[in-house]
Amino acid sequence: MREIHVREITETVARLCQEANYELCPDVRESLLGALEKEESPVGREILEQLVRNAEIAQKNKVPVCQDTGMAVVFLEIGSEVCIVGGDLTEAINQGVRKGYTDGYLRKSVVKDPLFNRINTGDNTPAVIHTEIVNGDCLKISVLPKGFGGENMSAIKMMVPADGLEGVKKFIIDCVDKAGPNPCPPVVVGVGVGGTFEKAALLAKKALLRPVGSHHSQPEVAELEKELLSAINDLGIGPQGLGGRVTALAVHIETYPTHIGGLPVAVNINCNAGRHREIIL
Amino acid sequence: MSAIRVQAPLTDEQVRKLNIGQKVLISGEVYTARDAAHKLMVELLQKGEKLPVDLRGQIVYYVGPTPAKPGQVIGSAGPTTSGRMDAYTPVLLKTGLKGMIGKGARSREVREAMQKYGAVYFAAVGGSAALLAQYIKEAEVVAYEHLGTEAVRRLIIEDFPAIVVNDAHGRDLYQEGKAQYRRV
Repeated sequence: MREIHVREITETVARLCQEANYELCPDVRESLLGALEKEESPVGREILEQLVRNAEIAQKNKVPVCQDTGMAVVFLEIGSEVCIVGGDLTEAINQGVRKGYTDGYLRKSVVKDPLFNRINTGDNTPAVIHTEIVNGDCLKISVLPKGFGGENMSAIKMMVPADGLEGVKKFIIDCVDKAGPNPCPPVVVGVGVGGTFEKAALLAKKALLRPVGSHHSQPEVAELEKELLSAINDLGIGPQGLGGRVTALAVHIETYPTHIGGLPVAVNINCNAGRHREIIL
Repeated sequence: MSAIRVQAPLTDEQVRKLNIGQKVLISGEVYTARDAAHKLMVELLQKGEKLPVDLRGQIVYYVGPTPAKPGQVIGSAGPTTSGRMDAYTPVLLKTGLKGMIGKGARSREVREAMQKYGAVYFAAVGGSAALLAQYIKEAEVVAYEHLGTEAVRRLIIEDFPAIVVNDAHGRDLYQEGKAQYRRV
């Protein structure tokens, strides 16, 4: 068994929270520059230029690209030959979020209770943590600071098999259309199809971790991604919703086997900053 | 198209002259307020009490900034989704609020109230918070300090870039812009 100390996990999470907020991932930057070439709307192009300039300022001054530095969603892929030592894993991750958000002057956006006590916890904890046991002796940590402009525009629907592929496409396109300018387009559209209610939502979120513009390994899913991207960009929403050709930078779909009686579909929208960072220990 | 200079607080005459699609550079005094501050202010109005700041003629900027680093006036400070404030906005417009800066669509009720009371809604670019913070020259908390990032702040801004999305004449750039480029 390979031992990994919780201290290392805390330090890594703290660093990833800051890096994800200060610096656009190269894939996101590239796709914004690509969007600039495709955008026909003059206002849309100016907006894309402003976003690129903003990213340069944020990186140079080590300040967040967006004031909504998100709720921290942390994904762990824990190798079955890894033994975590030195303390509690959940606490180690939350300690990392606390440290990253406090030391990094990131906004604390988490409230204690959604209904009865909407008091800010003051340190952006707790994080939303997803763990998965995989083969091997590595630990992969991914941090996705999720802003709520996009999160609030996300949706899930329990469709039935008769709705089929056409029903799924319509739901996804309608979801982005309804979101309009709110999630800060050009967006990244994460889609989860299959599994159960919660599995579909988790797949949609995980799809946002993929490098922007990468395609699914299964050819028909990759084709569907391209088709949906084109349909979404025909909606005319454009950068910031002010009209234009580029509403989405990418559509990422993840699928999973499902029940004979169901067809769950979830759409999780990420904003133009498309923040995500990962590391393998 | 070159930008129009707008001085805050706003006069009725200035509001009437603004039309959708115009790029503006806003200078002067504006107030920040998000969900929690709106809720508290509207509760005060419902009780017949006075607001902690007089919003007559003023512009509200929907923003919850990041904490300022040492030496900074304010942290990153881009617009948040305005629609979340829609439930509270008509009553603030009735008390004399003249302008709003945010991002995202407004409800029909808000657009109608803007027309009725004469107000304008500007969109700033969501996700460009590091850049927008550079146009904020002064910031001080003036109400609801306990709300932290959601507190009401008085800002002095200079040439803050935005675009008119809803004007006092009832037009909506989100609807018209989308229609122009839609291919379905």
